[in-house]
Formats: sequence, structure tokens, C-alpha cells
Amino acid sequence: MKKVKKGASAAYLALIFLFLYAPILVLIVLSFNNSMSRTVWGGFTLNWYHNLPSNDTIMDALWTTLRITLSSSIFATILGTTAAIGINRMKKHHAAIMLGATNIPLLNADIVTGISLMLLFTRFTSLGEFSVVLAHIAFSVPYVIFNVLPRLQSMSDACIEAAMDLGATPIYTFYKIVLPEIFPGVLSGFLMAFTMSLDDFTITYFTKGAGVNTLSTMLYTELRKGIQPELYALSTLLFLLAFLMLIATNFKGLNKKEAQRV
Amino acid sequence: MKKKIITTISMFCLTLTSCFSFTACGNDAASSDTLVVLNYGKYIEADVLKRFQEETGITVKYEEYESVEDMYAKYKAGSINYDVICTSDYMIETLRQEGELIPIDYNSLEYYKNIDPAIIEASESFDPSHKYTVPYFYGTVGILYNTKMVDEETVSSWESLWDPAYKNQIVMINSQRDAFMVPLKMLGYDINTTKKAELDEAFDMLCDEKQYVYAYLMDETYECMVSEDAAMAVCYSGEAAMGMEYNDNLAYTVPKEGGNLWIDSWFVPRTCKHYDAAMKWIDFMCEEEAATANFEYVWYATPNLTVADNEDEETLADETVFPTKETLARCDIYKAYDNETLDYTTTLWKKLKAY
Repeated sequence: MKKVKKGASAAYLALIFLFLYAPILVLIVLSFNNSMSRTVWGGFTLNWYHNLPSNDTIMDALWTTLRITLSSSIFATILGTTAAIGINRMKKHHAAIMLGATNIPLLNADIVTGISLMLLFTRFTSLGEFSVVLAHIAFSVPYVIFNVLPRLQSMSDACIEAAMDLGATPIYTFYKIVLPEIFPGVLSGFLMAFTMSLDDFTITYFTKGAGVNTLSTMLYTELRKGIQPELYALSTLLFLLAFLMLIATNFKGLNKKEAQRV
Repeated sequence: MKKKIITTISMFCLTLTSCFSFTACGNDAASSDTLVVLNYGKYIEADVLKRFQEETGITVKYEEYESVEDMYAKYKAGSINYDVICTSDYMIETLRQEGELIPIDYNSLEYYKNIDPAIIEASESFDPSHKYTVPYFYGTVGILYNTKMVDEETVSSWESLWDPAYKNQIVMINSQRDAFMVPLKMLGYDINTTKKAELDEAFDMLCDEKQYVYAYLMDETYECMVSEDAAMAVCYSGEAAMGMEYNDNLAYTVPKEGGNLWIDSWFVPRTCKHYDAAMKWIDFMCEEEAATANFEYVWYATPNLTVADNEDEETLADETVFPTKETLARCDIYKAYDNETLDYTTTLWKKLKAY
């Protein structure tokens, strides 16, 4: 009986994993397919990986994506961290109002945010790459705030007071005491902002100017006449990168835990 | 002290915002060497675009869209001032009726003479006095079929789509206008009819056909045919040519009752800020080398007569790519529906899909 139970649970797990990973597996297989078609297997090839760097549309979109994502997430991290420090020092009542205000962009539907930002930008500036960066900053800041704030709240004031007592200036205190303490929060906030910006389609679609394409918006226009196989190659590489990063962080976590146990 | 800090900060903010708004204005008023182009996705050879920029010194902001309705929404949003746009016949007619088009200065086009007069004449159905458009690509709607499962004789008529022998082996086109075109042609009516009785009759036939239909598809049609999941499919000639490249058993025909002829053309919208650059762009698209490169990339029928000189006979004889004169004579171009008819057919279409 026990065996049956165990077998059933293993099968269930396998099924879940199949659902999760089968699509990605198909994508990876297609990236080695020596045919433009999605249904015909034309033999194994590394051509798409080889052609990838020379495909201008894809590489342009990739660089634009990285530029937008990096600049917006760095800026959002700075803004979000300073905002979190401010909110932490506020009176309860004010802090509640500010947190409520930060919640709105998180809960708001992407399409509403996108259209309202578009209307704002067309009124005051023109749409281009810069407007996309601004939009991405706008929707990433809340993620940073919500990652940094708990760290600040769990930090005791005693360290800061001691440092200031010993003659450190507020800025020196910030770099020496506060920042190292909240750094994990800042980092996870940055990573959140980074992934959100990398993922985003809706808001980018509405706020981008003519000729500006991120990977997601480019993919959308490609749908009509079939996707270039080089994109499968790029997606596979991106997936592998994320996968390796995941493994690396998990192993690091494991080692730490083991070290603690000893 | 505090006041001073506040003023300094607000001054800083002001200068910052004004800097941004200045640069923004700079972008907007952009000197004559930029051009904002809007085109279907994957509808141009990348090198042609590069060469245009090198040869003319004009920076092109090249924007793409997925479907005609998409293009309309993008244009109407008004957030970007497009200089030159390529889209399909009936949408151009709609925009013309809305007064959104600017006439083209044909005298400034050096290579306009390369365009097939027959196609120019055909495009008069949506651009009556031919003032606004320059044809880019064209094609037909017909049947893509698998020669192993269906013989040529059968598909020579749209009636084959109602043949019980092919139950669950028929792929119908998932587009309202094209789907209604099929029974209308079969019944011998005008494909642009606005008579409710005729549309109702077409609707009844489509409902009757539904029992034989395997799926309603658009972009996935050729994949479905290549993998031999279905025996025949109603689709665009371009889609058919793509499928035939992967599977030798596939063939394409426009049934004897006729079908639809579509023409994608360039036009200049009212938002155009760089008219001269737009003319240069349109002229460049008509040039022999550019048109040939575009044709070899897109693989739709090109109205550019000079392309024929660069292609081998096999390509030119390919009736999927280049419909013959007889085929074209059987085909009609869509006209924009008035609102009432559009609403009516949309309701019928929804009923069909729900039934």
C-alpha cells in the first residue's frame, strides 16, 4: 500500500513537472531544428545559434531591452531605497498613506498603467526609448520599496545611534551601518525590478516610440509571419542563464545552512 | 537654511524637467532627416532598410504592427506621428473616407513607372482617382490542399468545402471578411454586398459547413497543412506559398467561382511631418534592386514589373506567387463596410463561432 502511495505521489510530481517544463523543452528542441517550420523536424543544427549574433533585428531588440531594463532597475532601486528609508521614519499615519499610494501601481492593471502613462507622455514629451525607461521606473519602484522596508523595520536603531554618538556623519552612518544591513533587501528589490522590466510587454507596448523594440514587443510583430528560429536560440540561452543562476544561488544557500548546522 | 535647500532643489528639478522637455521638442521637430515608417511585421528585407538609410542619410524609425486593426488603433491613438504607412485595401478606404490621407506627388517618384498598371487600375476600387497610394504587394485568397488527399478537380470549386467526404479535414479561415467571401462567391453574389438577405444566406451556408470544419485558423494554417493534419484550407496565397516550401504535397488554387484579391499599398497619412523623406521612401520601395530583395524575402506577388527580370522562369510560373490574369479577373477587392453592415456581419460571425 505504501509503495502504491509513493508511486502515485511520484507520478503526480512528474506530471506537474511535465506541465511546467514541457513547453520550455519544446522551445529548446526547436532551437536545434534545421527547418523554419514549427512542426517539421529537419535534422539537428547549430545554425540558429551561429546566426544569432548577426541577426540585426534580434540583437537590436536585445540591446534595447538590456539598456532599458538595466537603467530603469538601477534608477528604481535608488529611488525605492531612499523612499523606503523615508517611509520608515514617518509617523504611522503618514506611512500608511504612503504605503497605500505605493500599492496602487502594483494592483493596477498593466493596461491601465500603460495607457495612462502614454497619455501623460504624449502630452508632455514625445514617445521614444526614454519614455519606456520612465514608465519602467514608475512600475518598478514599489517592488523595491516592499523589499527594502521589512529590512529597515527589523533593524534596531541602536547601531545608528551608536555610530552617530561616536561622531559619524549621517551619510557616513548610512554607508557604514544602514546600507550593509539592508543590502539583501536592496539586492532582491533590484532583481525584482529587473525581472519585472525584462518581462513587461503591455506597458512597453503603449509607451514606446516608433522604431523602439524590446524583445517582447518585437516578438509580437513577428507572430504574423512566423517567428524567426534565432529567437528560439536566444530564448534557450536566456533560460539556461536563469537556470544556472538559480542553481548557483541555491547551492550557496545550501552551503550556508550546512555551515550553520556545524 | 531649510528654505534655501528647498529652493535649490526645486530649481534643480525645474532645470532638469526643462532639459527633458527641450530634448523632447528637439526630437519632435526632428530635422528632415528622420522618417517614421509603419509597416506589417516582417514585411521588408532588413538590408533594404539599411541601404535606404545609408544612401539618403535619412534615419528611419521603423515600426511594425501585427494586424490591420492593430494598425488602425496605433494610428488613431495619435501618440506617434507616422510619416508613411503600408496597409491593406479596405483599411485604406476607411482612412480615405475619414479624410486621413495626403495625396502623393507622383511626379517626384522616379521609379513609379515600374509598377504594374494592371494593379494600379485594380487599386482604384479603394483609391478611386488614384491619388493616395502606391502598391507594395498583392495576393489572393484561395484553397491550399494536399494532393495526396484531394484531387485538383475537387478543389476547383468552393463546393469542395461542403463535401461530407472531407469531414474534419477542412481548415476554414478565421477572419470574418474572408470567411463570408467564400459562400458569397459560391452563390454568385457580390463579395461586398450589404444586402442582409444575401448575408443571411451566406451565414446559413457557413453554419452548414461548420460540421465539416476541423478548425478555424489564420496564422497557424500553414503549419497545420504542413503537418498534414487537414486536407484543405482556405488561406492567403502568401501563407500557401510558405506551406508549399515545407511540404511538396501541397498545392494552391483559386476556385473557379473566384476569390478575393488584396493589395497592400503605401500611403501618406495626415500626421506626416517629413513629406519629402516619405516620397523618397516610397520611391525607393519601387526601385528594382530594393523591390527584388523585398520580394525574395516576403514571397508575395509584387506589382513591380522589373522584378521579373531578376527571377528565373520557375518562380515566375509559380501561380501561387503570381496569380495569372485569368485568376485575377475572377477575384474582387474588398470595399470598406459601412458601420451597419460591419455590425451585422460581426454579429453573424459571432453567432457562427458560438453555434
